Amino acid sequence: MSEKKQPHDVEDTGHEWDGIRELKNDPPRWWLIGYFLSPVFIVVYLILYPSIPLINDYTRGLLGWTQIDEYNESLAQLKIIREPFEKKIEALSAQEILSDSEMKRYAELSSKVTFGDHCGACHGSGGQGKPGFPILADDDWLYGGTLETIIETITDGREGEMPAFGDQLSEREISDLVAFVIASSKGERSPAGHDVFMGETSGEANCVDCHGEEAKGDHDMGSANLTDKIWRFGGSEEAIRRTITYGVNQDGKMTRRAIMPTFGTKLKESDIKKLAVKVWSFGGGQKPQEE
Amino acid sequence: MNPANKQQSDEPVDSFADNGLDQLYNEADYWHVNVGESKIHARRMPGRFRRLKWMTACLYLIYFFGPYLRWGGRQAILIDIPNRKTYIFGLTFWPQDYWMLSLVLLILAIGLFFTTTIVGRAFCGYFCWQTVWVDIFTWIEEKLEGSPSARIALDAAPWSMRKTRIKALKHLIFLFLAALTGVTFTSYFIDVRELWTYYTALEGHAYIWSVPLIFMIGCYCGVALLREQLCFWLCPYARIQGVMIDPQTIMPTYDFKRGEQRARIGKGDDKSGDCIDCNLCVAVCPTGVDIRSGQQEGCITCGLCIDACDAVMEKVNRPTRLISYRSLFERHGEASNLWYKRGRVYVYSLIMLASLGGIVYGTTQMGGLSLTVIHERQPLFTRLSDGSIQNRYLLKMVNKEKKELLLTVAISGVDGAMLEKSERLIIPAGAVKSHTLFVKAPEDSLVAGNTPLRFTVTGQGFSADYKSVFVAPLE
Repeated sequence: MSEKKQPHDVEDTGHEWDGIRELKNDPPRWWLIGYFLSPVFIVVYLILYPSIPLINDYTRGLLGWTQIDEYNESLAQLKIIREPFEKKIEALSAQEILSDSEMKRYAELSSKVTFGDHCGACHGSGGQGKPGFPILADDDWLYGGTLETIIETITDGREGEMPAFGDQLSEREISDLVAFVIASSKGERSPAGHDVFMGETSGEANCVDCHGEEAKGDHDMGSANLTDKIWRFGGSEEAIRRTITYGVNQDGKMTRRAIMPTFGTKLKESDIKKLAVKVWSFGGGQKPQEE
Repeated sequence: MNPANKQQSDEPVDSFADNGLDQLYNEADYWHVNVGESKIHARRMPGRFRRLKWMTACLYLIYFFGPYLRWGGRQAILIDIPNRKTYIFGLTFWPQDYWMLSLVLLILAIGLFFTTTIVGRAFCGYFCWQTVWVDIFTWIEEKLEGSPSARIALDAAPWSMRKTRIKALKHLIFLFLAALTGVTFTSYFIDVRELWTYYTALEGHAYIWSVPLIFMIGCYCGVALLREQLCFWLCPYARIQGVMIDPQTIMPTYDFKRGEQRARIGKGDDKSGDCIDCNLCVAVCPTGVDIRSGQQEGCITCGLCIDACDAVMEKVNRPTRLISYRSLFERHGEASNLWYKRGRVYVYSLIMLASLGGIVYGTTQMGGLSLTVIHERQPLFTRLSDGSIQNRYLLKMVNKEKKELLLTVAISGVDGAMLEKSERLIIPAGAVKSHTLFVKAPEDSLVAGNTPLRFTVTGQGFSADYKSVFVAPLE
């Protein structure tokens, strides 16, 4: 404790305001100790840690500490925790992962980042889709919603195709076809446009080859089911007309684009497995059909 | 400064400088505040309050032996932070039950107000760990170094073999007690048996060594070195209690009317009072206060000066109670209400009773099952191929029972809404489990926007419900 002097015994600095004198008392001892320790701390820090920037380099410090090392260390720790799970994922089939609640949970949670990096931009972080990009959370699948087909889709990618009928069909025929498609999504069978759909009018154009006689689509071909309430490219009259007129993945600006990239070369097999489980669990996964 | 203003302010400043400031400086010369420049070595004398102090100190044996009590195969009192559970004998507290802790803290805070308003800083004087530990430490000091005068002489003496030996032994004992305090504290968080195996094997996580070490350093600095200085300059409770004292609070008080003028025995005249100016009341004070100057911030109301004064008064055949527990009103010869006739005593009691009621209610309602439902936000809803709307939910269930629960989920509140499939959920004993559920409803029965949807889980006599929401598209 520094010596505390009484006001009368101590010199002042000569500064006086309204009768209050500034005394020349020593600062408290604890404060002085802290004050002199701080440069010591700085010197020790400069020696131990990277600190001074040089022209092409910087001083590395005796401890050799770097931020990226610290980051990598914690990443390695995470890897150790995940390793037993990852080994199991490699050994199990996607179906087996799905039926084991703990592994399913691990697959869903650990693929969150992968999904965000590779899938979320188009399909939304929760599989909610975006205009022009398919919704993964519903139960309508172009190529099938079983784990097997989901894995296939992720691995090899998909490229939709539909001819542009603008040249082959007359204005009236297209209008009839639009009315037919809208009616069929409501479960009705509109007589107008039925012949166009079946390809019974002039020309080579027909829809039935791909979408089927009942207009329910075909998973092997990736043709859309036209009898449900889900639209790949929008269900308004205008949107349907555009799809029919300009087709999918044809030439021209107005054609619909439907290309899913190939991920088999970018992602590991186990990552794809985990993604398939995640996508399946968004709410629309289908059980394999036993026929 | 503006000259006009200076003109105006000249007069008061001058008069203050002439009289007020000099007076202030003169007064400052007389102020004596104990800032630790001389170490306080209090005398120990037997008496009523001394006995009371020992008895309250014994309460801390509960602290030291508490961790060794067992209950149903585990430590009776254990705060298991990694598993987020607190055990107090038969009760298990989950993080969800921690609102009761705030009621416990409220009782403790109001309890401090309650005691302070009636008997002053009794907490400081008898119950505070700082006071009790200092009391024990100085007792050890007296056993090793002798009476206060011997201790002062030893402190002043040059270093010798004897002084080194005594001082080293003393500080070793202090450090040992401080370490024991720290280890005991830690053992309320880790099973004490496990803890001692770690300590005896010199292994274990860094925390189980660092926590008691920090505690030990704190205890050693606070109790062995700072002592009453901590009460003077660091402790906020000392100051808080100061404002809870009122003129009806009874505290150790010097009866100045009877005591003044002080005069030593045989030197008094007819003006002298009963105080024989023996200074024993100062000598026994653990904080070095002179109670005859009136109530002051240093007084921890421990009553040791009362013991000392009464003993002296008996010896010189004068009536006792020259220093005694009195209120400010009594000291001025006015009547003071009895403690149970004061409004704030009742207000404090009511708050404490209400809090206690809350805790009793809480502990009887503990256990069972709790449910939280989180509605998925991405997507808020999904349209299915048949046109119906599907919502996704995450159910979080906590089973606080000691047995496994088999539960069924039911929903209500939205017309036509149904669970994707009826599921039986198994929640293991004492576990938290989350489960994803899908609810779908045909669109024509839905109201656009949000509709409240109630989830109920039931099974084996337990049930819990949670109000969530079903989201339907706006068009």
